[in-house]
Amino acid sequence: MSTLDIAGIPPRTPMVQGSLPSWGPGALFAGSAVVALGLLAVTDVSFALLLVGAVVVSGAGLYAWSRVVEGARTATDRGVTFLVSSAFALAIAPLVSLLYTVTARGFARFDYQFFTESARNVVGEGGGASHAIVGTLVITGVATLASVPIGILAAIYLQEYGRGRLKRAITFFVDVMTGIPSIVAGLFAYALFALFLGPGIRLGVIGSVALAVLMIPIVVRSTEEMLKIVPNHLREASYALGVPKWRTVVKVVLPTALGGIISGVMLAVARIMGETAPLLITTGAFSSINLNPTDGRMQNLAVFAFNEYKNPGVPRDPYFDRAWAAALTLIVLVMTLSLLARLIYKRFGTETR
Amino acid sequence: MDDTKKLDRDPAALRTEGDALTDRPASSVEVAPEPERDSSEKVASVAKRIEVTDLDLYYGSFHAVSSVSMTIQPNKVTALIGSSGCGKSTFLRSLNRMHELVPGARVDGQVVIDGQDIYASDVDAVAVRRQVGMVFQSPNPFPTMSIYENVAAGLLLNSKKMKKAALNEIVERALRGANLWNEVKDRLDRPGGGLSGGQQQRLCIARATAVEPEVLLMDEPCSALDPVATLAIEDLIQQLKANYTIVIVTHNMQQASRASDITGFFNLEETGKPGQLVELDTTHRIFSNPANKATEDYVSGRFG
Repeated sequence: MSTLDIAGIPPRTPMVQGSLPSWGPGALFAGSAVVALGLLAVTDVSFALLLVGAVVVSGAGLYAWSRVVEGARTATDRGVTFLVSSAFALAIAPLVSLLYTVTARGFARFDYQFFTESARNVVGEGGGASHAIVGTLVITGVATLASVPIGILAAIYLQEYGRGRLKRAITFFVDVMTGIPSIVAGLFAYALFALFLGPGIRLGVIGSVALAVLMIPIVVRSTEEMLKIVPNHLREASYALGVPKWRTVVKVVLPTALGGIISGVMLAVARIMGETAPLLITTGAFSSINLNPTDGRMQNLAVFAFNEYKNPGVPRDPYFDRAWAAALTLIVLVMTLSLLARLIYKRFGTETR
Repeated sequence: MDDTKKLDRDPAALRTEGDALTDRPASSVEVAPEPERDSSEKVASVAKRIEVTDLDLYYGSFHAVSSVSMTIQPNKVTALIGSSGCGKSTFLRSLNRMHELVPGARVDGQVVIDGQDIYASDVDAVAVRRQVGMVFQSPNPFPTMSIYENVAAGLLLNSKKMKKAALNEIVERALRGANLWNEVKDRLDRPGGGLSGGQQQRLCIARATAVEPEVLLMDEPCSALDPVATLAIEDLIQQLKANYTIVIVTHNMQQASRASDITGFFNLEETGKPGQLVELDTTHRIFSNPANKATEDYVSGRFG
């Protein structure tokens, strides 16, 4: 009897299997790289084609080799890992290339003069972008001041108070607003002010309004997500203590979500800081420092870079150098904000279960 | 962690907390008739009787609890037992109007506390909840607040203007009352989330009692705790009933028999039907000689 039972059990998969040597994959990749470089030297096949070929060949080779030595399961594992890693490399490559290009080219004029002088009466070499830096800070600052309260309050409404059809409608329109092309926001803000102040009007504050239109939906969405992850049992604990709803929201829900809300706002600021198109229409171009957003044109970094590149003088190089330096400054600003956002989230983000 | 647990069971520690408690009921019982309650610091008041008449509870179109009538005695621990989904937690949440926080929830019937129907149209739910405190299934201290602020939360969140010394006294008394003072007195400014599960639950009890409610509702307060911490909470419940009317929902039969004076058994006739109060009697009778067959089956573990 017992022998029969044992016979019925399927044979176990062996726990021992072959494995590739630890240097195997590395050697394979190095080999295909060498072959590709060799081909590049002797033939006139393009570099991109060779790169793609090398990646495909080494991936397929790794899979086949592993399948022979290690079996199907491990081979699939290696194959998928290779695929995922390649996709990651593909995604990160343009970013690295962009950062490298902007840094390399922008460094030529990333100097003291660039940050202290404006472009007033500058022809040819010299000059700086202090007016554009100040303009960027003022325009985004005003936009942030306008959209953060509106965005956070709207998010509180949606998450804590909104019900039924109205809530669904607002959520839908917030989603639609997230997808508005920035030029449309610029045209809207321009048209709005042109109605009252006449056509051809250019003010820093119009740019701020355009940016606020772009920023509000981002703030609403990120704040809403942060409020969503505040556990309901904290609200209930507060209600059970006889705390009214609005106090619960202000003193329990908001503080718990604060780290996330602040970092969401920072990311939204970083997102709008580099906008060019709406500011091109609304704030115009200007070569002197203007600190007053309600009085006349205002320059900002993105438009400055655009104009320096589009309408260079002769010789062109100093203009191009300034454009690259402005782009680098913008990236540094945005990166600082993003890092700050992460830092704030880490420092003040509350552990919620 | 083990040290703190030992402290719970340490007779000396219990004695000091017992002492701290004795001055409370004595003063409250004698003082209660005098109108000395105008100051923002409310003196511990006499526990309240709750009369529930024909209470029906709904979630939207779902009829969760059907025609419950019962009287909850003051200064007694009333345990509600029954299988999952039979409506005992829903019923408990209707006693301080937490039930209506769920969208679509509806209430029919009367819950009279101290002569006042809490579902009367001119009654403010927030005011009801100030009188009827609640402790939840999983400990939920406010993560942004320190231990001290957590205990004082009921007062701080309502922006009661009070002197620092008076607030300190309330916090200390609530923490002593929750048998937690000795464990946390040196770290009142640390976040409440840093305590162990049992300590957090006692912190939540201290938070609920700091606003001096008349009734304390507990929704499976020990289900997330280990046996040692559970015993500490049960001891605490025994001490607290001197001052409060306590209603506790529990899945733990031993806990109901150990910690309660009166037990109510909830049951469903079948799945999809609303829950009902099958039997309400002294805990002793429910567990020794229940009148209803379903109750007997449940408490003897034959089903559910």
